[in-house]
Amino acid sequence: MNPPDKTQRNWSTFFIEALIRLLGFSSIGFVLLIFLFLLQEGIPAFFQVPLGNLLSELWYPTFDLYGILPLLLGSLLITLTAILIAVPLSVGTAVLVREAAPPWVREVLKPMIEALAGIPSVVLGFLGMTLVAPIVQKLGAPTGLTAFTGALILAYMSMPTIISVAEDALDTVPKSYRDAGLSMGATKWQTIWRVVVPAARSGIVTAVMLGLGRAIGETMAVMMVTGNAARMPLSLDSLFRPARTMTATIAAEMGEVAHGSIHYHMLFGIGLILFTLTFIINLIAASTIFKKRKKGGLR
Amino acid sequence: MKKRYLTQKVGFSLLVIAALVVVLPILLVIGIIVARGIGAIDWTYLTTMPLEGMKEGGIFPAILGTLLLTLGTAVAAIPVGVGGAIYLSEYARDTVLTRAIRLAIINLAGIPSVVYGLFGLGLFVLFLNFGTSILAGSLTLAIMTMPIIISSAEEALRAVPTEFRTVSASLGGSRWQGIRHIVLPQALPGIITGVILGLLRAAGETAPILFTVAAFYLPRLPRSIFDQTMALPYHLYVISTQVPGMPVQMQYGTALVLLIFVLSLNIFASVIRSYYRRKREW
Repeated sequence: MNPPDKTQRNWSTFFIEALIRLLGFSSIGFVLLIFLFLLQEGIPAFFQVPLGNLLSELWYPTFDLYGILPLLLGSLLITLTAILIAVPLSVGTAVLVREAAPPWVREVLKPMIEALAGIPSVVLGFLGMTLVAPIVQKLGAPTGLTAFTGALILAYMSMPTIISVAEDALDTVPKSYRDAGLSMGATKWQTIWRVVVPAARSGIVTAVMLGLGRAIGETMAVMMVTGNAARMPLSLDSLFRPARTMTATIAAEMGEVAHGSIHYHMLFGIGLILFTLTFIINLIAASTIFKKRKKGGLR
Repeated sequence: MKKRYLTQKVGFSLLVIAALVVVLPILLVIGIIVARGIGAIDWTYLTTMPLEGMKEGGIFPAILGTLLLTLGTAVAAIPVGVGGAIYLSEYARDTVLTRAIRLAIINLAGIPSVVYGLFGLGLFVLFLNFGTSILAGSLTLAIMTMPIIISSAEEALRAVPTEFRTVSASLGGSRWQGIRHIVLPQALPGIITGVILGLLRAAGETAPILFTVAAFYLPRLPRSIFDQTMALPYHLYVISTQVPGMPVQMQYGTALVLLIFVLSLNIFASVIRSYYRRKREW
């Protein structure tokens, strides 16, 4: 091989490896960039709008009323209800396919759950409007487009995440745990319930956190089925009345605001709140993942 | 003794019921979309422009727009995502910095899609002055897709046995030569699967394109990457919430076209994965 060719190759290798290092760090760059942009465009809102206005119960941007509490509580109500519905069903399904049922059950269920994960949120929102909302209305709600309708759709959207992470968690429980449980005379059910599931606890918590993060950030489906009324969800029947989330507010109003107006900055401010919330939720989820790694699996 | 087995029976029945509650609505929903939408779809619907305020005619500009956006996302996200994965799998050591990268990826994956939309609006549309354009929309979708591509590509690269790298190095190959000629080709099917899964998520998203590219109605096709475009998910949103008196069959038709696009990519990805898993020799 002639020398010039070799140096050329060394140079190109050097260049490629430098590029790969740069790309490796790009994720940090993007997170920082997103955070800085939200700060830059969102922070002015918190200075321009008086605190009393921000913490009021009214969101009417046309009258310069920017109370974020109804949106925040709307998001929390819908997300938490969705998680309450999704967790028992998802964990039950994960336990069934990993512990209780023969392998063919998993082979049948897996593609369907993957299909659910693949259905675009706007399609689920459309189905929520045309199929689920009329049913909710028949149950006695004044309208079909309610917080509950949104929570139901969100529950199904977060199930694929919760099921697959919970399955992984159950998978890391060593077989010896199950053998020990069974050899002590426990039934299969007792072994699952008292030994395997508790051993997978931290992984299941991660699953729930990731599902929560997915649910709170969901936009289109929620915007289409919750009726979008910005009211405080404080009465008992709030679940069966229209509500509005932070995500839906951004999506519905950003298209119409003047760039640079208070309303514009306010919507970025809501984006900043959402970013912070999901950041914290994912941080908690990630910390259990890292802990698990350090100990070398759940043993 | 008997009571324990009764509890077991009840417990297992509950699990089966939970799984059925999860799965049956999925089948029902897909079945309903197919049954109600199939009548709307014919050659004209797929290949002509919308007419009469979108209540008649076809959805061709929306289909083309989604294809263009998916392509743009692929061009921007694949090099960055795969490069990032190669760094994490082949170069990075377990340092604080590497952990920061992993944390960043987890957080990127968790950022709400509408916040990506805000970011795209702030950076690409306004700050870089791309305007609402295919370029701005594709780049926004690309950043959203990146964490999915990085995680799955890294997993595929890590699955390649260490011996492959050792042997390559023992024959005098540099680290990059080993990656380029040995590891990358072996991991390719897994990487492709991950890329497709990321892209299908981008293709179905609405919130990130709301303020960065999507046009409510555009009576012509986009002429350049600085043009707006219609897109299938946004079109479905528009015709199901913003157009009064929209024929229901056309709504289901659009939902079905979007669903077929996304689910066929999904199936394609699984087929690649299982085909190469059976074929590989390690």
